[in-house]
Amino acid sequence: MARAPHFSSLSLQTLTLQGPAALTADQHAALLLGGFHPVPAGDALVVEPWVVDQGKQEREERDVTRVDDVEAGSLDRVNLIISDWVGEHAGRLLLGLSFPLVLFIIWQASSLYGWLPDQILPAPSLVWQTLQDRISDGSLWDDTSISLLRVLRGFTIGAAAGLLLGGLMAASRRFHDYLNPLFLAVSQVPTLGWVPLLILVIGIDEGLKNILVALSVFIPVTLGTYQGIRDVPHAYREVGQVLTFGRAQMLRTIILPAAVPAIFTGLREGLSNGWQTLVAVELLASTEGLGFQMAYGRQLFQLELVIAAMLVIGLIGFIFDFLLGRIETHLQRWKVAA
Amino acid sequence: MNSQIKTRLARIWRAIALPLVLLAAWEAATRLNPVDPHLLPPLEDVVARGWTESRNGDFLTALLASLGRDLAGFAIGALIGTASGLALGFLRPAQAILGPTLRAHRQIALFAWVPLIAVWFGAGEPGKIAFIALAAFQPSLINTWRGVQEIPDRFRELAAVLTFSRLDFLRLVGIPAILPAIFTGLKAALIYAWQATIGAELFMTIAPGIGGVMMQGRQLFQMDLVLLTILLLGLVGAGFNTLAGLSETLLLRRRTS
Repeated sequence: MARAPHFSSLSLQTLTLQGPAALTADQHAALLLGGFHPVPAGDALVVEPWVVDQGKQEREERDVTRVDDVEAGSLDRVNLIISDWVGEHAGRLLLGLSFPLVLFIIWQASSLYGWLPDQILPAPSLVWQTLQDRISDGSLWDDTSISLLRVLRGFTIGAAAGLLLGGLMAASRRFHDYLNPLFLAVSQVPTLGWVPLLILVIGIDEGLKNILVALSVFIPVTLGTYQGIRDVPHAYREVGQVLTFGRAQMLRTIILPAAVPAIFTGLREGLSNGWQTLVAVELLASTEGLGFQMAYGRQLFQLELVIAAMLVIGLIGFIFDFLLGRIETHLQRWKVAA
Repeated sequence: MNSQIKTRLARIWRAIALPLVLLAAWEAATRLNPVDPHLLPPLEDVVARGWTESRNGDFLTALLASLGRDLAGFAIGALIGTASGLALGFLRPAQAILGPTLRAHRQIALFAWVPLIAVWFGAGEPGKIAFIALAAFQPSLINTWRGVQEIPDRFRELAAVLTFSRLDFLRLVGIPAILPAIFTGLKAALIYAWQATIGAELFMTIAPGIGGVMMQGRQLFQMDLVLLTILLLGLVGAGFNTLAGLSETLLLRRRTS
């Protein structure tokens, strides 16, 4: 079936075909004129290119080209393709690394020539030394594990409460009407605003950290869960009704999978919020943990301690984000790409 | 009509029922069972305190100081963030060179910057504003950037077909298409900046502002003052949200009509 090429895909076509599998001028002209393209022997370009979407088409072309070239035994072109691929990715990596590299060189130069005193910007070697020292004497691991444990505890409490409240609010209109105004009011207050109150009421012990982290996790998780379940398309629910699913089955096979993206957005934001809050609370009121190390380093004007802790905090933030992202893709595997 | 009013009333009742119960419990707790009045001051005392503090203008001064700081930081951070987001989105080299670094930078918890900023900019006003600006920078950057990336290909193609110049593309296609994303970013930036304002006032040197009043209340163990400042924080947060929502609908109305 030769569908008339519409303009946009045609222009894409002429662009993408100029690659390894470039056509002769005749073929090109034929393509432009009527979508007719004589297929030369050995050329595997047999798909009607404008019928497939752009990404798929490029993929196919690439595969086809590679196989084709290997069969043709044209080693030069294989090399070309490989070096193209390496060039493309390595180029991106290099460009991405170039900026931090430049920053690093400036940093290094600054410490080398003494542009800034060590109390303002410690030398990279000093930061590295500090990191190594603190790894080898185990103190870095102690602080990190304390902070991690705290954030996981707070996250568990907050996420459980948020999932429960969000689920209940989505399930019952009445429940939602009663609780939502209060929930909204509480969520308007910045989490740190509760710190002075909580310090007066429960002191600066673990309870303070648990409550604050849990609160900062609780709000986005509740919102995400509520919206996620509420916005499950009605058609999905109807499918469940037609199949006479019970409540539990409906929840497990239809509602939860459909609400996963929104719930995970909430969980992800919650974890990142919780981590933020924990660092803040440790800065403010703690005697151990990564945040405390930073406050300590600041007081002693040992910024290498501060920067070392920042690096670890960034790394943990990255790992959290990565892990939840992986879990999310896993839970969304039922979704077929549109 | 009658039933409409009824459901309306029912909804209002549901909205205020729980807060009323909590207030009643508070009142009962202070009257019947003598909880330490330091921890839970009687309701009427808090109201009275609120009245005097608002009358003598202390709250207003603190509020204005905090808001001024907040908006200064927000303006700087959101401006740089949105501009960088546009640059990253539209200029490929910028994205290739700066993108990974900015993405990695996002992973460092915001408050982890406090000690460094306090040393670099001082713990006074410049440090506070720099920190608030950093807080506003991140969400406005990320959302604008994402907005540019998500301009549908067919818009770009259409512009190519109509042989738009770069400027025309920006004016007629690009900016209108990413406006919602920019607004999402600004809204988030407003909320982050407010969080950071409170953080900066609690973490750095004490300065006039709501955070300062809070710390004072805590140090003097004046629970009524602490509670009132929390109420104030909530009101400002709600005000920001309403404002952001209103301006968004106003500015985006053109799209739907």
